[in-house]
Amino acid sequence: MTDIYLDNNATTKVDPAVVDVMIPYFLEQYGNPSSIHKFADGVARGLKQARQQVQALIGAEHDSEIIFTSCGTESNSTAILSAIKAQPDKKEIITTTVEHPAILTLCEYLEKEGYTIHRLPVDKAGRLKLDAYQRLLSDQVAIVSVMWANNETGTIFPVAEMAEMANAAGVMFHTDAVQAVGKIPMMVQDTKIDMLSLSGHKLHAPKGIGVLYLRRGTRYRPLLRGGHQERGRRAGTENSASIVGLGKACELAQNFIEYENTQVKAMRDRLEQGITEQIGHCFVTGDLYNRLPNTTDIAFEYIEGESILMLLNKAGIAASSGSACTSGSLEPSHVMRAMDIPYTAAHGTIRFSFSRYNTMAEVEKVIEVMPGIVATLRKLSPYWSGDGPVANPEQAFAPTYA
Amino acid sequence: MWDYSDKVKEHFFNPKNAGAVVDANATGEVGSISCGDALRLTLKVDDDSEVILEAGFQTFGCGSAIASSSVLTEIIKGMTLDEALKVTNQDIADQLEGLPPEKMHCSVMGREALQAAIANYRGEEWKDDHEEGALICKCFAIDAVMIEEMVWANKLRTVEDVTNFTKAGGGCAACHEDIEAILEKVLAEKGEKFDPGAAPVKKPAETIAAVKGPLTNLQRIKKIEEVLESLRPSLMADGGDVELVEVIGNTAYVNMTGACNGCQMAAMTIAGIQQRLMEVMGEFIKVVPASEMAKLVNIEVA
Repeated sequence: MTDIYLDNNATTKVDPAVVDVMIPYFLEQYGNPSSIHKFADGVARGLKQARQQVQALIGAEHDSEIIFTSCGTESNSTAILSAIKAQPDKKEIITTTVEHPAILTLCEYLEKEGYTIHRLPVDKAGRLKLDAYQRLLSDQVAIVSVMWANNETGTIFPVAEMAEMANAAGVMFHTDAVQAVGKIPMMVQDTKIDMLSLSGHKLHAPKGIGVLYLRRGTRYRPLLRGGHQERGRRAGTENSASIVGLGKACELAQNFIEYENTQVKAMRDRLEQGITEQIGHCFVTGDLYNRLPNTTDIAFEYIEGESILMLLNKAGIAASSGSACTSGSLEPSHVMRAMDIPYTAAHGTIRFSFSRYNTMAEVEKVIEVMPGIVATLRKLSPYWSGDGPVANPEQAFAPTYA
Repeated sequence: MWDYSDKVKEHFFNPKNAGAVVDANATGEVGSISCGDALRLTLKVDDDSEVILEAGFQTFGCGSAIASSSVLTEIIKGMTLDEALKVTNQDIADQLEGLPPEKMHCSVMGREALQAAIANYRGEEWKDDHEEGALICKCFAIDAVMIEEMVWANKLRTVEDVTNFTKAGGGCAACHEDIEAILEKVLAEKGEKFDPGAAPVKKPAETIAAVKGPLTNLQRIKKIEEVLESLRPSLMADGGDVELVEVIGNTAYVNMTGACNGCQMAAMTIAGIQQRLMEVMGEFIKVVPASEMAKLVNIEVA
């Protein structure tokens, strides 16, 4: 069997149909979209179509609400910096403890600049408490930024409801929907969401292309100035091939959205069931009843994630981990810590994320090899003895220095 | 994914001496469960000869932690305790054909487990002598705690100071923003304000008088020796050393020895030595590894 790719929340394979529509924009229609000659005369049409394809997937009211950017991170930075530049008197930002670093690192930076950052905590299942959120909303808040779905656990946040609450308080609302777009149906025109970020490479378009949805009428200040592109809201020559590719990818995602929520979900559920039935001392993290259909994050207690990944990789299976070691940091994933998952489990979390390219046969292969991998590593673990964890693991092994 | 050597992979996929030693009479437990790396080392030591007869490890950790544990047990089996105490983390890393800078702490953990186990055998109390912080400088593997301590101890004020005292930030320079953040924090604790344009703090080596006027070859050699002598302590702190082999014109040929020998950072260290020499000598000095001397000299002769 060829290698199995279950790391689709990290990035995805570009759909061959997407590559096909892109090629002419490299080799024939390579003119600058702003130029007046035949090398460029089809480009504007291509961009317009792509804008409409993105608009359709997220359910925006107007295609002019779609601004093409270079990636999800640029969209996120643009949204937050625009909100604070447009409202210089408002010095507070509300976000969550489990956002992507694209939001959290920017907020830490703004904190140093004098902004007050409110980070909403989550419970053990990764859920937010909306009454705490309600109390923080005030005329001092420049923007609320809450992810639509969490990249590690797939947990979905009630962004539509939270946007209503922000809107009622006169506060702008942004959502990082990078993981959610194309996996769950959405209709932003029916919500009070002001800004939304999405990223091409999470939905089978290439890397290096993203979108900021900007609701018509939302006060806005560009991040990049210097040209009329994107109606002056994002200067810089258009990445025409990738924009056209993203448009096609959005069209495909819309066609597959039911498949995603039935067939892809079935594979995810089978994997979860197969693993948790066979292996003791492991559990699924996040909100099991309100998750993306393609994501499962399983904590294997008393062993470490990078070791699991290396053995999976040897078996031809690609996944990812929330352990400290995979990132070179000293702490396990901030998402696991926010959910209060104990260290002995947080370091052993493995995320399997599916796409429409996966098959049930691949799922069975993972279910077949996983018990052996876990047993091998537990044999080496100081917290494990024979068939189970040692009694009182935290006391039985308490190494020097914290 | 990390760029692990084949040796690391070999020890990870087929670890040696995994599990606890039965009838062990020495145990060392070190690491940090919050960081995700912890190791228990068990030894069976012959009471008369103090030779390590058996060694076993149990590790909660990543690929390089398991590989470091495995190779450590292989290194120390058959050694006496005194010999084993001389094993450095560099020895462990060398046996593994190198570790990525972010993973060097795995080899440190191995050495500490060994020290802890020997202390346990001898009925002594083992104390960890360092606290580990987030890795700041990836070029030279310097962490935040180390930088903070040096800023406190030496009243450092600028990024340049930090680079002069710790090497942190002396490579790709990508960590300069993080170093500034540490300076801001520590200086704020001291009631001072970070000023990027502050005058540099003098290193002890600066006390060597700068040269005035032209030098004879003998004077030049003596001066170069003096500068190398002043740099020696910081090289030795990393387990390395430098030896002056020959001076021809403005070129100084040196041998990098100890841990510096074959170190990926040797080229950068040589560049640092050259910079320091030029500052003191007030003339252009080229520092070249002695291994390149033969061919260069031959060319000159020819």
